[in-house]
Amino acid sequence: MEILIPLLLPLITAALIQILGRFASPNIRDGVHTLMAVVTFYFVIQLIGPVMDGQRPDFFVAEMFPGLTLSFKVEPLGLVFALVASGLWIPTSVYAFGYMRGHHESNQTRFFTCFALAIGFALGVAFSENLLTLFCYYEALTFSTYPLVTHYQNAEARRAGRIYMGILVTTSVCFLLVGIASVWFLTGTLTFTQGGVFTGGEYETWQIALLLALFAFGTAKAALFPFHKWLPNAMVAPTPVSALLHAVAVVKAGVFTVLKVVIYIFGLEFLSELGANNWLMVVAGFTILFSSTVALFKDNLKARLAYSTISQLAYIVLGAAFATQTAAIGAAMHIVMHAVGKITLFFCAGAIYVGAHKKYISQMDGLGHKMPFTMAAFTIASFSIIGLPPFGGMWSKWFLGLGALEGGSWGFMSIYMISSLLSIAYLMPIVGRAYFRKPSEKDADLHEAPWMCVLPPCLTAIGCVLLFLFPEGLFDLLNLMFVEGGQ
Amino acid sequence: MIEWSQHLPVLQVVVPLIVAPIIVLFRNKNIAWFLATATAFFSLYTSIELLTIVQESGPIDYAIGNWERHVGIVYHIDIANAYILTIVSAVSAFVFPYSYHSIQQEIPEYKLHHFYAALVLCLTGLLGIAATGDAFNVFVFLEISSLSTYALVAMGDKPGKPPRASLAAYRYLIMGTIGGTFILLGIGFLYMMTGTLNMAELSEKLPALSDTSTVRAAFAFITVGASIKLALFPVHTWLPNIYTHAPNVVSAFLSSTATKVSYYVLLRAMYTLFGAALAAQALQLKLLIGPMALVAIFLGSFNAIKQTNIKKILAFSSVAQIGYMVLGLSMNNLDGLTGGLIHLFNHALMKGGLFMAVGCMFYRYQSVELSDLKGVGRTMPFTTFAFVLGGLGLIGVPLTAGFISKWYLVLGAFEADVWWLAILILIASLMAVMYIFKVIETAYFQEPNTDIEVSEAPLSMLVPTYALVLASVYFGIFTEPMLGAAREAAEMFLSAGGM
Repeated sequence: MEILIPLLLPLITAALIQILGRFASPNIRDGVHTLMAVVTFYFVIQLIGPVMDGQRPDFFVAEMFPGLTLSFKVEPLGLVFALVASGLWIPTSVYAFGYMRGHHESNQTRFFTCFALAIGFALGVAFSENLLTLFCYYEALTFSTYPLVTHYQNAEARRAGRIYMGILVTTSVCFLLVGIASVWFLTGTLTFTQGGVFTGGEYETWQIALLLALFAFGTAKAALFPFHKWLPNAMVAPTPVSALLHAVAVVKAGVFTVLKVVIYIFGLEFLSELGANNWLMVVAGFTILFSSTVALFKDNLKARLAYSTISQLAYIVLGAAFATQTAAIGAAMHIVMHAVGKITLFFCAGAIYVGAHKKYISQMDGLGHKMPFTMAAFTIASFSIIGLPPFGGMWSKWFLGLGALEGGSWGFMSIYMISSLLSIAYLMPIVGRAYFRKPSEKDADLHEAPWMCVLPPCLTAIGCVLLFLFPEGLFDLLNLMFVEGGQ
Repeated sequence: MIEWSQHLPVLQVVVPLIVAPIIVLFRNKNIAWFLATATAFFSLYTSIELLTIVQESGPIDYAIGNWERHVGIVYHIDIANAYILTIVSAVSAFVFPYSYHSIQQEIPEYKLHHFYAALVLCLTGLLGIAATGDAFNVFVFLEISSLSTYALVAMGDKPGKPPRASLAAYRYLIMGTIGGTFILLGIGFLYMMTGTLNMAELSEKLPALSDTSTVRAAFAFITVGASIKLALFPVHTWLPNIYTHAPNVVSAFLSSTATKVSYYVLLRAMYTLFGAALAAQALQLKLLIGPMALVAIFLGSFNAIKQTNIKKILAFSSVAQIGYMVLGLSMNNLDGLTGGLIHLFNHALMKGGLFMAVGCMFYRYQSVELSDLKGVGRTMPFTTFAFVLGGLGLIGVPLTAGFISKWYLVLGAFEADVWWLAILILIASLMAVMYIFKVIETAYFQEPNTDIEVSEAPLSMLVPTYALVLASVYFGIFTEPMLGAAREAAEMFLSAGGM
């Protein structure tokens, strides 16, 4: 039962926002939104204890097809994703409060409703007990975020919405659903199982490789090349959406799905013995290099961050593709580290937009002097994304690198290294401009954005440091994935 | 003492048959509406009762007037009949209450009691087809429902505008009569060869005669006749105009009941009458019916994308959805047929709800052209949201009923060993995304016309609309009651041929 509370709370929040949006002042509505985010996070934290003790709280909703249920179960990987999504919901709700107000956005009630729904569905993805449940929530997440992406309801938003729905729905229906149905048809189960569900059967390498392709490309939320185009396009959304959804909930639901399918449906040993994962390493590696390179040439800050996100997501997919325990732990850690770092960067981009009305990097000369807090947070988060100590991003890169040596080769290890250099090349110039160039004359009276837009990135930037100092809890939790009976 | 429940099979049909003339006698719109609604709820009650009885204790045979089956008419209710009866009466129980406000606006008052009489007669016909175990009786009820349909559709003419509805009804009259005649001819041939009209007896006697060209001709006539009534490609041309120009209530009612009953007739003919007799049947399913269904799916969806009239979008989408149902049948395996059968119910809920939502829009805007409905998402948020929910079902989004159907159709394609068919089914559902989002984009992304003041539809229309739409979500999660029945029916058809 305890698992049901965090799953339902965001949905209740959405209903409350609808009611309060009609009958109460906007401040009460948004206050309740933040409060509910805190309460939800609290109840997700409550699940850590039982999971560490080896329990796996579960809940059964309904039997959709004979033998196939809609049900939930908490396991370490899902819990980590849920902690990230619900934890980062809190600063984002404060930030959205300030941003939407500072920008005088319309349709705020709808915005906050869909926001809460999206978090609820992301938690559903995290706690799914089987592929069918996961698919249901995966699709629900797509549809609930469509109104957020198209928030401005103009021609540009409509175009972005078409690309968003077009890519995400097409891939999930044509690949992911076929993959799920095939697993059901071949094995008669969709339950996430320790060691995978294919044990005991005789399968050709190409069959499994094809099936893996259906999953890897089917979850286009993971933005693997060539299905990554929706992500930069979705950046027309208000920045809080970009922050939470396109650094945390939506994209991480994608890579989480890939990781979970690789670990609990295929099984790491099964994949690596067959060698069905080799092609995925190549595609993920290519995605990393390709999108890091594209990011170099983007002058629009949000677009550059978007391409950076694509490459960082491919880190995680590459980690999953190695099919070793170390790499899987590294990939799972990178979900956390990247989420905290990238959400900070997006917060800062939005704060710059609210405070200085600047979208383009070429206009950001000397911003560090005018917006010291924002740019400090931006700098810290950039270091974390690059993977420098003493910031959280270092740990996940460390494990991913080790995993690359175990499961792949020096070649893939070097892809991580080259991409780190590229990320220095696309993030550091922004920091450099902000601190080492003089602000232009017309920027003389610039100042920080309202505190509600500045505090959240500062908090998450501190989070980057804390994650470097105290990674043991996370590491212990993720280690449980591979302990017998961990699933 | 006679058990009341023993007579349910016949009451199901007799009650609406008697109510229809009574409605005409009263000549009052309110009484007419009340009687029709009460009848619909009565049929819902009886059909659910029948479904429970059949699920618990097996098929019921009810000989009318206690005449034996080779002399009189026997009503035969097994799981498939009860399932179809439930669909038809459930949809009526939602559509009839909804009609009160909607139809008053579209039809002059002096015609209203005629309208309700025709509506109840149509219901009688549809229920009769589903309840009877007598082949000739099927034809009789088919004609009752068809004739009343022509009248219902023709009433959709708007004063001062070209008589589109009458024209559509006339075209359907011709097509429908051909279809009905074909079925009659087929039944005649069968009677000639076997000397019986009882379906159970027919299915016993036909295997021995399966090589004769008369039986084969009968098979061809009945299949084609039922396909016309079902609006399967390429004999679907009557359907889009009927759904577009009929009064909104009639569109909602027909789209979720009439084609479903015709599908049932096709199933009965395929499996019960000829199943054992024609060994080559399976081959014909694959080579003839299957491709037709596929073309229907793609052509229907493609045409739906092109339309700018919402009712026409939904009508062409129906052509495609009928394709899905028939595709399930053509797979000739358990999962596929279950998919086809459960899609009857799911599609009835979704399409009924969608047409009702469109009816709400028409009630305020007096138009269903997309260009007139700009920004309807802002002026009528509840109605539009109902449309979105129903549309998601049509696309087959998980946690809606449409997903259940699609899942089974995909599994059926795997089981039939044609994996590319699974992909085609899913690609087609993407076309549904396109036509549904065309409406959604108009509703939400364009500024409302400011020169007309528009408010929400009345509650008496919104509540039934939401009831159907939410039911389609409910049955997408808690699938057991109807999915169980559909599965049992599919098993029955595939194993024993059903009688």
